[in-house]
Amino acid sequence: MKANNLVRVLPATIPVTLVNDISIDIQRGEFIAIMGPSGSGKSSLLYLLGLLDAPTSGQLWLDGVDTSGFDEDALADVRLAKLGFVFQFHFLLAEFSALDNVKLPMIRLGKLSTPDIDLRAQKLLSDLGLAEHMLKRPDQMSGGQRQRVAIARALANDPVLILADEPTGNLDTASAANVRQILRGLATQQGKTVITVTHDPVFASAADRRVALVDGKLDPHWVLPGMAV
Amino acid sequence: MPLSLNIAITHLMARKRQTLVSLSGIVLGTAFFLAVSALMRGSEADFIKRLVDNSPHITVSDEYRGADIQPATLQWPDAAINIRNVKPQTEVRGIRGHQQKLAFIESLDQSSGGLRVAPALTGSVVLTFAGRVQAVSLTGIVPATMRQVSTIEDKITAGSLDALNANPNGIIVGQGLIDKFKLAMGRNLNIATSDGVVRVMKIVGIFRTGNAAYDEGQTYALLKRVQTLLNRPNRINRFVIKLTDPYRARDVAAVIEQRIGYKSLSWLEASEDIMNVLFIRNIILFSVVTAILVVASFGIYNTISTIVMEKHRDIAILKSMGFHARDIRHIFVSEGVIVGMIGSAFGVVLGLGLMWLLGQVTIKSPFVSNDLVHLPLYNGFDQFVIAIGFAMISSVGASYFPARKGGRVHPVDILRGAA
Repeated sequence: MKANNLVRVLPATIPVTLVNDISIDIQRGEFIAIMGPSGSGKSSLLYLLGLLDAPTSGQLWLDGVDTSGFDEDALADVRLAKLGFVFQFHFLLAEFSALDNVKLPMIRLGKLSTPDIDLRAQKLLSDLGLAEHMLKRPDQMSGGQRQRVAIARALANDPVLILADEPTGNLDTASAANVRQILRGLATQQGKTVITVTHDPVFASAADRRVALVDGKLDPHWVLPGMAV
Repeated sequence: MPLSLNIAITHLMARKRQTLVSLSGIVLGTAFFLAVSALMRGSEADFIKRLVDNSPHITVSDEYRGADIQPATLQWPDAAINIRNVKPQTEVRGIRGHQQKLAFIESLDQSSGGLRVAPALTGSVVLTFAGRVQAVSLTGIVPATMRQVSTIEDKITAGSLDALNANPNGIIVGQGLIDKFKLAMGRNLNIATSDGVVRVMKIVGIFRTGNAAYDEGQTYALLKRVQTLLNRPNRINRFVIKLTDPYRARDVAAVIEQRIGYKSLSWLEASEDIMNVLFIRNIILFSVVTAILVVASFGIYNTISTIVMEKHRDIAILKSMGFHARDIRHIFVSEGVIVGMIGSAFGVVLGLGLMWLLGQVTIKSPFVSNDLVHLPLYNGFDQFVIAIGFAMISSVGASYFPARKGGRVHPVDILRGAA
């Protein structure tokens, strides 16, 4: 994945520049942590890289495809087939069981048959140690379990890129460590590219590369208190 | 099951109380529509039936609608000719050559889908009894043909139409005349015509229609007898026609008038004022029902609007996963469709229940007859189609706007707010 001079300006009476001229090259299978103080534009950059938001200017190549100029539906199709998201708050559909939540993207993509979707969803959840919780609804699970369901859902359509926004921000230490290991494993063992935004130095230390963002710009000199970049 | 439908059902099930409220709006709207429509259209049909049964479907009279085209106009069709005060010709002597015209009208039997015709001659006579005098209308009829085109036979309370055949000097009079002159069956009456001819006729039948003017001023006798009495041998001045399908009266009347020239008035034309009233009643019916369903559709709008607001986060999740705006719209419109379908299904059931209840109501006629009258109810298939159609349109319409709003939700806006 490659980004060239990405700029995102929020149009308003006084326009706010969220992301200012960022260029970055990310290899397949790389685990990247985007760091920086609050309000530095980390999440905005993640939304741009995750095709949730369109840049005001600049280009973005994903899997060798230039995505600039794609309309909303085309971007949605790329997200469905190639990207997976994990957010700070679990963001599962409250009325659906864990299993149904994981099945949703597969049903929408419609590539697998119904029994295959069922099998794959069960396998994804079992692999993340949720075999006994598959039929529970989100409000019947712990924060760590919900976050693992969210990861399973992000993996549903076998994406090339996983984007995570503060995936451990809301978890206790043990769960956070668990999620960290899972994401690390995805990059190392399954060759998935993982981009995360994090405040957590321990989490960031597990990444292959750390990128710091200050006021919407990449800052190679910025150092998170307590650790070296 | 499509995914959007699955999500839609889940949303509705999660909000049972609200869903029930919007459902009941549609159920009541549909049911009331059916009940009101059944009653209104039932009474309309009942009214038209009475109108159609009691009056001839087509009356051919010895008049012309307009004046003949004048020779000057025929000669110079393009000239500026203005002839004033041209009057339509009036055949005071009745319909000419009525046998051929009768044959022609009878020949329309096939093309008009069933037709009965009866000739009649009506004239004014003066009736004298015990020194009292009353001008009445005397109609000469042929009992065999008249009974096919008129309900007069059903209204006869004493004697019969056939008594006219048995006694050529017989006359049938209305109950009003009987009461006024203190008459009875078998009494003799003096009938005087304008030509000064006086005959004695015997009452062989009494009818009662409930229409005072008719019961006092109308009498019937044998056609042949009236022809001699009025000194118009072999003449008639009216054809009374009944059709199997009364709604073809206008067309058949036009065919007859075009062919034989005499004015042919269909019941639709003759009762235009009443038909207009019925039309206005139908407009009122549909306005009331539309109002009910508009109110009901606000319930749906409200429910689905609330769901969309509550589900902004879900919409953001689904969109981040790769759902299109169209998929999101599908979800919420499906919710409207589900509410509309279930609502109209229960509405039809409740409506049928209301119709059954209305059907149980019997009213004792406040007038003479002691028959119990049932409310006239219409239970045609079309009103169910209209009711369901209205319900579906209002539910889909009410869900479309919140759905469109839901489809426009931008995931990043929600994620920024939440994270």
